[in-house]
Amino acid sequence: MKRYAYYPGCSAETVSASYHLSAVETATKLGIEFQEIEDWNCCGATPYSNIDELLAQTLCARNLAIAERDHLDVVAPCSACFKNLFHTNEHLKTDADLAEHLNFALEEDDLHYTGSVAVHHLIHVFVQDVGIEAIEGAVKHPLTGLKVAPYYGCQLVRPDRHDGFDAAGPRYFEDLLAAIGADPLPYPYRVRCCGASLMIANRRAALSMVRDLLRGAVQAGADVIATTCPLCQLNLECYQADVNREFGTAYAIPVLYFTQLMGLALGIRPKQLGIGTELVPAKAVLDCVARKPAVTAAPKRAKARQP
Amino acid sequence: MWTKPTFSDEISNEMYATGARSLNCCIQCATCSSACPVVDFMDHTPRRLIGMINAGLRDEVLASNTFWMCASCYACSDHCPKGIKPSELMYVLKRYSIWKNRYREDLVGPEFSRRFVRTIAKTGKSYEPGYAPAFIFEGGLQGMVREMRMGMKLLAKGRIPLIPSRVKRVENFRRMLSRIVPLEGIA
Repeated sequence: MKRYAYYPGCSAETVSASYHLSAVETATKLGIEFQEIEDWNCCGATPYSNIDELLAQTLCARNLAIAERDHLDVVAPCSACFKNLFHTNEHLKTDADLAEHLNFALEEDDLHYTGSVAVHHLIHVFVQDVGIEAIEGAVKHPLTGLKVAPYYGCQLVRPDRHDGFDAAGPRYFEDLLAAIGADPLPYPYRVRCCGASLMIANRRAALSMVRDLLRGAVQAGADVIATTCPLCQLNLECYQADVNREFGTAYAIPVLYFTQLMGLALGIRPKQLGIGTELVPAKAVLDCVARKPAVTAAPKRAKARQP
Repeated sequence: MWTKPTFSDEISNEMYATGARSLNCCIQCATCSSACPVVDFMDHTPRRLIGMINAGLRDEVLASNTFWMCASCYACSDHCPKGIKPSELMYVLKRYSIWKNRYREDLVGPEFSRRFVRTIAKTGKSYEPGYAPAFIFEGGLQGMVREMRMGMKLLAKGRIPLIPSRVKRVENFRRMLSRIVPLEGIA
């Protein structure tokens, strides 16, 4: 069983508790153990870099140092946390002056970082460490017929990391969805930004960005949008009613975390995956799971049992 | 002999630390502008803003909303054929405008960023209701009702805790930050 230092991120304790739940449930099912980073702190999101870049990197360095103390690589489910932790880690590994400077600050919490850990996004751990084939093999209820828009978002794939998981035509989300029996759709907006914290700073701009993403998914014929980031989920789902009010549209498309879809396919109960806390009900998804055995799998099994 | 750095020099110096290639390399191809998902809401496109910096138009640049519109999606940096990293430039300009205290008054971004930084410097963790309410009033009474409606829905679904979480060793945490920047200035 592979162990990771798990960095939940602040939204795991608030709006994206369901991501946290489903991440832990699916990982456990697939033989991955998460040890929450002891006394972790905020990654700084984007506002810290708006004010002071060194301060922003100090926040990340503390989390990395605590993970290093436990000799574990870091996994973050949130794309923004992942991006911040990943790039701070790269800077600390390559810039000795920066490392010395930040280590001076870390002394205040009896910490020191030497740069020995790796930082991963949750979806990369599933795709790389568990593997698409192993996931396919663990599926109990394939999500047959469920049309999913795979929404990577922006910070999962950017800026360039040259790790094979960045923006140069990623396929792994589609592969993962196909492995759990779902039908990944060609979604032209899959790596386009959701507006992130512009929802607070400039609501009209953010709502129009979300409108484009929703329209693209509906036009593609999606039953559900799958996300890899709490902020994407919040903007696409919770602000859907606001988009409808602002633009006179009538979108009602559920937006679930990829871990929730995986969890359902692995046979985990919806409630354990935090399903039921959505503002746009995930009915299409639950219907698919419910009718699954009856429609395709059952007749086959019935035949096999006959003799 | 020492001469005062020009605005373009100051921005170039800040950009140097990001590892991007110099703004002087810009060929004004507008790939950044066409990759940007927020460009329709900017008063100057990213391409134009780079031109303005190279031309030394400090006041015009600082009066622009362009960099405060940036959502940090990095699409421009990924596509720039000259390796300029316009997304890093947007961060640099945000920091510069906060440092100089010069930005358009109608922008929410600067005050939101300050509040966010202050919240984290106090508790170590982010808690949306802690800094969001001040901005609800942006939309007047209608905006307040709208945000409260959303807040109540999320509360009903158990997606907003009533008590904010905080870092356990918060005193160490604060002393750590103050070794980088004096906290009196921010929190």
